[in-house]
Amino acid sequence: MAMLEVNGIEVYYGMIQALKGVTFQVDKGEIIALIGANGAGKTTTLHTITGLLTPKKGTVTFEGKDITHTPAHKIVSMGIAHVPEGRRVFADLSVYQNLRMGAYTRKDKNEIEQTLEIIYERFPRLKERKNQRAGTLSGGEQQMLAMGRALMSRPRLIVMDEPSMGLSPIFVNEIFDIIAEISRAGTTVLLVEQNAKKALNIANRAYVLETGKIVLSGDAKDLLNDDAIKKAYLGE
Amino acid sequence: MSFLSYLINGISLGSVYAIIALGYTMVYGIAKMLNFAHGDIIMIGAYIVFTCVSTAGMHPALAVLLAVIGCTVLGVLIERVAYRPLRSAASPLAVLITAIGMSYLLQNLALLIFGANTKNFPEIITLPSLSLADGQLNITGTSLLTIGVCVVIMAALMIFIRKTKAGQAMLAVSEDKGAAQLMGINVNGTIALTFAIGSALAAIAGVLLCSAYPSLTPYTGSMPGIRAFVAAVFGGIGSVPGALIGGILLGVIEILGRAYISSQLADAIVFGVLIVVLLVKPTGILGKNIQEKV
Ligand SMILES: Nc1ncnc2c1ncn2[C@@H]1O[C@H](COP(=O)(O)OP(=O)(O)OP(=O)(O)O)[C@@H](O)[C@H]1O
Ligand SMILES: [Mg+2]
Repeated sequence: MAMLEVNGIEVYYGMIQALKGVTFQVDKGEIIALIGANGAGKTTTLHTITGLLTPKKGTVTFEGKDITHTPAHKIVSMGIAHVPEGRRVFADLSVYQNLRMGAYTRKDKNEIEQTLEIIYERFPRLKERKNQRAGTLSGGEQQMLAMGRALMSRPRLIVMDEPSMGLSPIFVNEIFDIIAEISRAGTTVLLVEQNAKKALNIANRAYVLETGKIVLSGDAKDLLNDDAIKKAYLGE
Repeated sequence: MSFLSYLINGISLGSVYAIIALGYTMVYGIAKMLNFAHGDIIMIGAYIVFTCVSTAGMHPALAVLLAVIGCTVLGVLIERVAYRPLRSAASPLAVLITAIGMSYLLQNLALLIFGANTKNFPEIITLPSLSLADGQLNITGTSLLTIGVCVVIMAALMIFIRKTKAGQAMLAVSEDKGAAQLMGINVNGTIALTFAIGSALAAIAGVLLCSAYPSLTPYTGSMPGIRAFVAAVFGGIGSVPGALIGGILLGVIEILGRAYISSQLADAIVFGVLIVVLLVKPTGILGKNIQEKV
């Protein structure tokens, strides 16, 4: 049984159908990349997994439990954290407050402090800026904060929506290094990216989404060498 | 000395505005809506106290407690039945118009139940007045209590927001509902709690207001509600300390305006000052400057 099973989900915005039966799965320990052009339905897929949207048809199963209709605010405590598109840090709150917000559903104060130390170790910049307003951080720092905030819930699965978007090349590399590290530390990763090359390089397997449908899937290494992929997504 | 006593009256009236303005400003900050029925909750609270004390002969403290509970339930109910279903509506005007409708509904309900006759609000605050400067300056017990209650409420609310989980949830929801949900925060529950707190405060404001100006009609909450809304905008809507500053300033301007300029023109002065403030600083005194998002 896969950790996450997305089964034939169809999602609408009013009359517009954004997903036309998307099916894929994520196994424990994997990094899965979900790639696709603008408007393909990547964000919609992630929002459906974490309960911000509900599909008209199809199901989402996590660790054997049907979470299709589980409201978003109950998803975190089940073990899934979501790093949203555009980072969505709480701009008026400090870095520290943002991180604490990530542990909102956790109770044990000592354990939260321990996780905080681990996050600060992984993101030294966040520690240096812990009392700074999140809105004043640079884009790359905000991305780190969004990731750190998600990790504060100690998720078993982390879904990330275009973490490298709008970042300078140095930050992009740093972010991908961090993703690899998160995976090594034992968290399963579902990664949505437009930077297909980087995503395929780091992922075990990948799915390609086009206008609401999965059109291609396979081992990431194979997809890197696929002619159609090269042409459409790798700009070669 | 008369200036000082006007000033204290103004601060006292302003304290009531501030307590009402809190309800407007918190609901606006967290649910992003203007609850125009908020002023009428004050009136309902006052009628509950009136009925309990004058008709049923209850102890005033018990009556105030019942008013607070009644208004809290009413506020949460209104949010649940009338506003929540419209939260995802295409136009934010839908919920605004519903709120105006709710205001008329509450006024007409009160008219139906209690009639149009002015009721004499019972004297329930029996604090002695304070005499200063050899009796030249007299501060009524109601004024003292009103200012004291306002200070306590403000302090309690700020501590609540800073120190409790529910308060942190409010901060998160006010910034980004979607991101708040992803943190595991129940957005609907947080908004309901905000209405509960705002409505409980409205009940207290109703008691304080009617103790200072003891004539009660179904429209009693209407004008103070609008002035408190102005106070909230004045101080910077969405800001808790802004509600305090806006409320006090408004009360002082109103009373001094009545005393030294003209009692007919008091409202014109209040709104004139508002216009000037908004021209100089469109987000209000403590309002956040709207920053461009990256
Ligand atoms: N709130 C919305 N209302 C209506 N249509 C929407 C809404 N959000 C997305 N869509 C539509 O649904 C489709 C999928 O959008 P989605 O945001 O999931 O794409 P995406 O793959 O994440 O794109 P991007 O790479 O630009 O982030 C698009 O055609 C988009 O226009
Ligand atoms: Mg997207």
